[in-house]
Parts: sequence; C-alpha cells; structure tokens
Amino acid sequence: MIKTMRKFSSSLVVILLAAVALFAGPATAQSLNVDIVGGVKTATPIVVVPFAQAGGAPLSTDVAEVMRNDFNRSGKFRSLAKSDIVEFPSKGSDIKFATWRLLKQDYIVVGNVTEAGNGMVQVEYELWDVNKQQSLLHQQMPPAPAGDLRGVAHQIADIIYQKITGVRGAFWTRIAYITAVGLGNHTTYSLIVADSDGYNPQVVARSKESLLTPAWSPDGRKLAYVSFESGNSSIYVQDITTGSRQLVESHPRGINGAPAWSPDGSKLAVALSYVGNLELFVLDLASRHETRLTNSLSIDTEPVWAPDGKSIYFTSDRSGRPQIYQVSASGGTPQRISFQGQSNLNADVSYDGKQIAMVQGNGNVYRIAIMDRSLGDQVRFLSPGPIDESPSFAPNASMLLYAATEGRRGVLYAVSADGMVRQRLVLSDGDVREPAWGPYRQR
Amino acid sequence: MNKTVRVALVALLCVGAAACSKKQEVKPQPAPEQTAPTQAPVSDGKYTPADLDTDACLRQRVVYFDFDKTEIKPEFQQIMACHAKYLRDRPTSHIRLEGNADERGSREYNLGLGERRGNAVSEALQGNGGQASQLEVISYGKEKPVCREHNEDCWSKNRRVEIVYTAQ
Repeated sequence: MIKTMRKFSSSLVVILLAAVALFAGPATAQSLNVDIVGGVKTATPIVVVPFAQAGGAPLSTDVAEVMRNDFNRSGKFRSLAKSDIVEFPSKGSDIKFATWRLLKQDYIVVGNVTEAGNGMVQVEYELWDVNKQQSLLHQQMPPAPAGDLRGVAHQIADIIYQKITGVRGAFWTRIAYITAVGLGNHTTYSLIVADSDGYNPQVVARSKESLLTPAWSPDGRKLAYVSFESGNSSIYVQDITTGSRQLVESHPRGINGAPAWSPDGSKLAVALSYVGNLELFVLDLASRHETRLTNSLSIDTEPVWAPDGKSIYFTSDRSGRPQIYQVSASGGTPQRISFQGQSNLNADVSYDGKQIAMVQGNGNVYRIAIMDRSLGDQVRFLSPGPIDESPSFAPNASMLLYAATEGRRGVLYAVSADGMVRQRLVLSDGDVREPAWGPYRQR
Repeated sequence: MNKTVRVALVALLCVGAAACSKKQEVKPQPAPEQTAPTQAPVSDGKYTPADLDTDACLRQRVVYFDFDKTEIKPEFQQIMACHAKYLRDRPTSHIRLEGNADERGSREYNLGLGERRGNAVSEALQGNGGQASQLEVISYGKEKPVCREHNEDCWSKNRRVEIVYTAQ
C-alpha cells in the first residue's frame, strides 16, 4: 500500500558553506599499495613507455606511470614495470617491435608532452598492436593545464581500455568517501571527493558529528549525504563545485538516512522512521512530495535504484536477519532476492542491472559478494573480510570500491570485478569509510 | 512471539515495580512525615535529582543487548523499574535514549538496529509508568563505539542504549 503525504517540514534551507572547496592538502604521501591477489595471468600485457617531454621545466606528473597504475588496478591489464622498460620510443616509427615481442607484450603505448603556452600542455599518444605491428590509435589530446595532467592521463587510459576491451574505461572518474580524524569528542568528519585513484582529495563538507552515506547525483554535480551535525540524522544535498546545499530531510523524530538518487536525478529514495518504524520513501526533489514504499515492522533501509528506475533494491530484516529485497519504485510487495549467507546488506547495482554487490555476513565474517542476476543469481566473493562493507561499482562495473578495517582504522580497497586484483588506496591518516564511486565525467 | 514475550516481561515488570514503590511509600509514612519535614523528598519514598548520583540503581544508565537483538535481558529489568519510577516521581524529567550497535553490518542498517533498541527501552519505561512525552529515542548506529577492538567482548560493550537525563 502506498501513502502519499505532503512533506510537513516546509523549510527548504539553502546554506552556503564557507568551508567549501578547501584543499585537503597535497597528495604527496599517497603511495599506492598494489596487492595482487593472484590469477592475473589472464591479464593482457601492455607496455606504456615513459612519455617524452619537449622543452620546458620537468613536469610533476609522470603521465605513463598514471596510466600504468590505472591498467594494473583494472585487473584486465598487466603493465610492464617502468624499471623493465629498456627502450624509449616516443612515436610509432621509432618502435622496434622485436624488443617488445621478446618481452611478451601485446600492446605498446608511446607518446609525448609538449608545452602549449600559458601554463598549458598538450599530450599526443599512439597505441600499437605489437604482434601485428599495427597502429590502433593515434591522437592529440586537447591542451590542458599542466596541473591537470593526471586527468589527461586517465582520459587516455580510458580510450585505450575501450579500444582493447570494448568497454568504456572508468579511470577518469571521481570517488567520494568519509574520513574521521581524531578520537572521541575531538573527531572531525570530512566528506571528501578525489580522483578514482585517490589523488587530488578535496574536502566537500566538514562536521564535528558523524557523516555517512554519500551518494552521487547521476550528473556527478551533487552529493546527497547524511549528517548528524544538528544532533539527529538529516539528509543534505550539496553542489560539489559551488558548495551550496539544501536540507532535504530532517524529521525531528527518528532516522533520516540512506539517500539514493533515481537514475534520472529527480528523486531520492530515503529511509525514514518518523512514522514509528524505519521505512522506505521516495522524495520528489522538485515537489517535495514523499511517497511511502514499504510498510512492515522490520528495518527497511539502504535503497538503491535499478538502472531502469523501475525498481529499488534494499535491506530488510523482515525474515529475521537482514537480506536484500526488491520492490517496484511505485510500491507493492517486495521480493526477497538474496538467499545465500546468514545475512546480506547494503546492495549496489551495476550499470546494466546484471550484478548486485552486497555485504554478506557469515558468523563474524563480513565480505563483499556479487550476485550475478544473468547467471542464475550465482554468488562470488570479492574480498576476504572480516569486516568489509559499502561496496560501490565503478560506472562500467569493471571494478568496485569497498571499505575494510585494518587494526583500529578503516581503509578503502579498489577491487577488480573478478576479484583477481585488489589495491588499497592510502588516502588519509585517519579512519576512511563509506566509499561511493561517481558517474562518468563529461569532457 | 517476540511481541508476546515483550508484553509479558513488561507486565511482569509493572507488577514488580509497583510492589516495590508501594512498599517504600507505605512503610515509612507515619513517622518521618511529621518529624522531619526537611527530609520530605526522601521520606515519602520519591526520587529526587540527588538520587541520580547516589542511588545504586539509578546510577546504572546503560542497557546492553545481544547480537542483532533488541529484547531487554532480565538483568536490566530492575534498571527499567527504577528509571521508570524516577519518571513517575518527577513528571517534568526527560530522558534521551541513545541507541547503539556493534561494528558488524552496514552503517545504515545499524542505525535502524540502534533505534529499535532505543524503542525497546522506551517501551519498557512506559510499561513501568513513564510517559511517552518524557522519552525521546535517537540512534547513533555504530557511529559512537565505546570500544574499538574487533572481538565479542568489545562488541558486547557497544551494543547498548544509554539513558541520558536531559531534564532532572
């Protein structure tokens, strides 16, 4: 049964944050640990030769190194270590293919960076098939500020990834996460946005009280999140670039939590308990109407939309322990979809709707699992546990982010969708949690 | 089933608490009420704000729960009874019940679990005569752990509802 009710809190509060776009500090201490789990023999070997630089001061970004790390992290490629690269061609006509065949490389990337004036640089690159000695790509990227060379490198890696795998690359994307620094009452919580590899972290919001559940708008311009800054939980929607934000849910009684954007960006699914029990609602952002989706005595939370916008997956303990359910976005009887494992929580859905990532708990071990809807709901594990949570798909579903616990601190891992390559992102000295992988960026 | 158990427990509590407070009220009545008017709050068996610091039962302000459970365990029924009596004795007093969970499971689910535990304590206090208007529930889920080790001993300390007097 669906009840539509007018949101009684008429206060549409727009606050301009003074502390917007504060830089969280230079990204110097971010050595990235690659933790190869095994089974990467199937990965495609590719060599990215250091890019030549024509004139000007030495650049602070090693374009080829950024690309090598992208390829390795994906699990689809195995890039030759910089120290094993013996020749340094910068254009296709200089490549000696015999050398790279001997090193068992399938593909080779060469390129150069030139100054374009006014602090701008221009990158040109070529992709060749080593065995066929055939040019696959030859492109000059648009001029970009020297400070944005990492972004240019990620864009090139995306194009090459797509050329070889047929799947759009998702390296030039951003991630959001929460950090908690300090102890007890002296903890500061920050909502951070960074590049997909953890570089260029920027503080979007800070609070003395807990922040959680950041959720990207489909256009990548806004983040919805939960903040306890007013004492109780409230849901905000904040513009990442301008810093302006709206208070969208703040019922004085109960939980205001678990925001999730509809694929068209017009609605938020949320979990609210002002009705006496935690239930799912859909909030229309323009009209401020709340439509109730669930009605049970259980905990119903963590909604996430199917890509077609027609249904919503969520966590419910109506069967005793938490499991994943699916309900029509217009309401109706929810169907349980997770049956393996003692408990399943916190689902995320791949862009094509075929894979559902979730946290599966068995005994005291909580691991990230993927249920493949196209393979008869077969389940595979991506992480070792014991306290892993918050799975979040890359927009091309080739990788996921999740949060793990090491000692007393939380850390983030990027894992390939086949579970073969796992990499820890060293992002902060504090406790890191609640990762959310953003959508594709618009060039 | 759970509900039946809960109702039964609450009913049992009501009887116990009522009996307790009646005894206290009835027994000392004749003598002290006339001889020591300055000691009236103590002598009529009603709690005063000072008791929050001195009374062995009232000083207990944390209720612990089993994993993924929201039932109030028998050992905490006495605490429910004395805090409910305080609410009855002082109708202007007010309690905030802060629900918490251990680290296992997701943050949003644990918010729900903390709230459910807070509601269970609220119901027990109301079952013992506290008024709904004297009680509010807030859930912090697993956001405010008191212990950060990854073992059952620590988890059991985090699965709790804290009784916070916002008006005495």
